[in-house]
Amino acid sequence: MACIRGERPVFSRVSFRLAPGGALTLTGPNGSGKSSLLRILAGLLRPAGGTLAWDGEPLEDDWAAHRRRLHYVGHLDAVKPTLTVAENLEDWARLRGAAGPEPGALEALGIEALGDVPGRYLSAGQRRRLALARLVAAPAPLWLLDEPTVTLDAEAAARVAAMIARHRAGGGVAVVATHGEIALDGAQRLDLGDHAIPAEALLDAGDPGPEEESW
Amino acid sequence: MVGVFFRLVRRELVLALRGGIGSLMAVVFFVIAVTLFPLGIGPELALLSRIAPGAVWVAALLAALLSLDRLFVADHEDGSLEQLMLGALPPELVVLAKTLAHWLTTGLPLAAAAPVLAILLNMSADGLVILIVSLLLGTPILSLIGAVGAALTVGLRRGGALIALLVLPLYVPVLIFGVGAVEGAVLDTGVRTNLTILAGGLVAALALGPLAAAAALRMTTE
Repeated sequence: MACIRGERPVFSRVSFRLAPGGALTLTGPNGSGKSSLLRILAGLLRPAGGTLAWDGEPLEDDWAAHRRRLHYVGHLDAVKPTLTVAENLEDWARLRGAAGPEPGALEALGIEALGDVPGRYLSAGQRRRLALARLVAAPAPLWLLDEPTVTLDAEAAARVAAMIARHRAGGGVAVVATHGEIALDGAQRLDLGDHAIPAEALLDAGDPGPEEESW
Repeated sequence: MVGVFFRLVRRELVLALRGGIGSLMAVVFFVIAVTLFPLGIGPELALLSRIAPGAVWVAALLAALLSLDRLFVADHEDGSLEQLMLGALPPELVVLAKTLAHWLTTGLPLAAAAPVLAILLNMSADGLVILIVSLLLGTPILSLIGAVGAALTVGLRRGGALIALLVLPLYVPVLIFGVGAVEGAVLDTGVRTNLTILAGGLVAALALGPLAAAAALRMTTE
């Protein structure tokens, strides 16, 4: 799989496969395409070449089904300042088609005492915890997390690591971009710095290679 | 799917209500703008009633334009738009739900306030009824066309001014047939043709607007 952003090649020849319960940590210097790869896996961005598949089925065939099975937590927390913490969480669970948030989501991140607090009074770390609480509130088998522990304190980071471990123990899959703050047992590592393309290579490129990418 | 759709509409309405005066800005602007006409032109009843349909419709058009720039920008800035694009609703229905909420907080209050303002401009009773009907048919078209403009400009820093340039030319037919219907009622020359065309326009905008806006939103979340 390859990625080009604004006519600038970001990475190429990236390929991986994840089994149920598996995890992949994405590392690499700033600008190496960790966020772009996560957005490609979420279907927000189209890869410049290559294929994506789930259980052998190409994702292009049914993006709606893919959206239902993934959670994407990017750099923005999607917390509305005028809604309370509980309302924010309930909205996102229902907008994903769930009947309501699963109990224990706020507790998993240690923000159960903030349920009635409007979003505008939350600190950056608390907003981040709320964004991550969505993962528990509406279960989905694939978690795509973009530097989930940034702005979090050590205690919350440990909670996130435990959440991911529980998710994997239940057969879920996680792809986590990180600069090394979060350690996942038995996770595959993909250093996108190794897949960068020098700019001059683009001149005769256009063929990102026939590599297949699937889980 | 239907439940999720109305959940999103509900969420948008709650956000608009808690946003305070900002959500009522369109109606307040509408009232002030129409009130300026008798002040500027003077108390000549014949002249006022002649310009009444056009004045009310032009003011409604500009008022509908006023709140458009926030339609997707707030969600884009805080990351909600990405999550909506990944939610259970197809992007087309996300657009439709947000546009419906926009109309409920702008177009509908405009149609409710219009008759009071039209009396201020000495419009006849026949004209008032058709004015409401034409606004109820026309303002949803304004919201739907506006949603396309708002979706196209969501990632731009000075998107507000660009929306006006993109959208106002497309509002012209709505203005022409809306005013035409009201004048037809006032002058007793028939209203059916104009209202039918407005209704047809609404159906077309309902079918095409969400498709176009969703395509634009897909590009901005890339």
